[in-house]
Amino acid sequence: MLRVEGIDAGYGRAQILRGVSLEAPAGRITCLMGRNGAGKTTTMKAIMGFLPLRAGRITLDGEDLGHLPPHEVPRRGIGYVPQGRRLFAELTVAQNLEIGMMTRRSPPEVLERVLSLFPRLRERMDQRAETLSGGEQQMLAMARALCLRPRLLLLDEPTEGLQPSMIALIRQVVERMRDEGVAILLVEQRIDAVLSIADQVVFMENGRVVDGAAGEALRADPGPLHRYLGV
Amino acid sequence: MDFGPYLLLASLEGAVLASVLALMASGLSLVFGVMRVVNVAHGEFYMLGAVLAWWVASLAGGSVVLGFVLALVLAPLIVGAIAATADIVVLRRLSYDPERTIVATIGLLYIIQQLTLMSYGPEARPVVAPFNTRLAIPWFEFADGGLRMYWPWGLSTTSYKLFVIFAAVAVLLGIRVMMTRSRAGLLMRATQQDREIAQAFGIPVERVYAVVFGIGAGLAALAGVLIVPIQQAHYLMGLDALLLSFIVVIIGGLGSLAGTVIAAVLIGMSEGIISVFFSPTLAKIIATLLVAFVLVFRPQGLMGKRVR
Repeated sequence: MLRVEGIDAGYGRAQILRGVSLEAPAGRITCLMGRNGAGKTTTMKAIMGFLPLRAGRITLDGEDLGHLPPHEVPRRGIGYVPQGRRLFAELTVAQNLEIGMMTRRSPPEVLERVLSLFPRLRERMDQRAETLSGGEQQMLAMARALCLRPRLLLLDEPTEGLQPSMIALIRQVVERMRDEGVAILLVEQRIDAVLSIADQVVFMENGRVVDGAAGEALRADPGPLHRYLGV
Repeated sequence: MDFGPYLLLASLEGAVLASVLALMASGLSLVFGVMRVVNVAHGEFYMLGAVLAWWVASLAGGSVVLGFVLALVLAPLIVGAIAATADIVVLRRLSYDPERTIVATIGLLYIIQQLTLMSYGPEARPVVAPFNTRLAIPWFEFADGGLRMYWPWGLSTTSYKLFVIFAAVAVLLGIRVMMTRSRAGLLMRATQQDREIAQAFGIPVERVYAVVFGIGAGLAALAGVLIVPIQQAHYLMGLDALLLSFIVVIIGGLGSLAGTVIAAVLIGMSEGIISVFFSPTLAKIIATLLVAFVLVFRPQGLMGKRVR
């Protein structure tokens, strides 16, 4: 389980996160919601170790992540699917996956399993990532993160700008990972998506966590969603 | 002697220059491509290569070939280690900020240059080429209604100059294979394309940077070792070489290895040919003018990509 306890972080002198605390248990989908600029992406970057922590602690299954150098963080089993995909654009699909495989020296059968989740990628192995369609690029971003056998998966708006069939596929994979016991932290803007998939929801505003709710409770009464997203 | 033999001679001189330039500039281009660092001290690594070659060769004493082979191996390794250390001690602490790294490498330039002046001295010193057979080149002319081969006086090159060309081609091919086929190359290219995401997949970006900076400097040093039997080693020799490398890298497209090699051939050959037929000054003028035109009409360089 991922535990974030009272972290302060930001870019340069600008402080974005103020005392953010949240938990993402194994085998559950935790959604991070909030308006643009609320600090959702920044929270993910802080977990990945891109931003120095000014206060607070981040632990995964009890191990402190906050003091590791950034490249050691993913080696603890954290797969990151960043906003806007951010593939290695000039590398081929196979090379992008190879980098995911190298992170924790995954055995070859991991690649087979990941490709069985996204069979379309198998046909594109030698193509450069930048030549893929938007949906295929998102599959690759997911596949790359799954190649490192994550215990925790950070997904930053993985369905942004995708067509419905692709959204369904991504969702299937996310649910499958949850069922396998992976802790999932998901940033998502679409209310219907959150309602249908979230086990618990954390609301952020101005760099703070302002509320939390169980998925069940929100399905019964979606009031807080509208309050914190202003729709 | 006709025009033809002269042209061939000038082209050969140009090809030697182009080879050395391609080696050196590809180091500069690699460093810029992966690290986004404009390394102003690159010329000093070239000079260090040449000076170390002299030093190793004179330590080796009697055997010219042994001394040269040792220099060829040791000088790039030593210079690469110095550069990697400079990266860890200086550039890493500046977080690779583009402006501050320029100032820092200017500082590095003067430190290396003045330390060399203090230890090695102001003299230009030669290194004897390991082999230097004169190779006469035949030419053809029409005489008595048929093609006749003859050996024009002065039309010759040396085995060493041919060796320089072949060595440069081999090393450049090696670099290309490393970048496209090896695991190390994959890590470098991933780092080049997205430093942050590379880290998010466990790539130790800072170590990659130190290695890249070392390889870049090692290539410059290798160029220095290769040139020193043709041109003597001198503590100020880095400046001209740096200028030409920048010209080559700008024309070829910063960060593009293929573009760098093409531009090096272009600049090296034209420099060689124009210097022989007109004057070295005119060659410099034309090269600089070419840079101005490239910057105006194709700012990303011949093979460079537009910044996304």
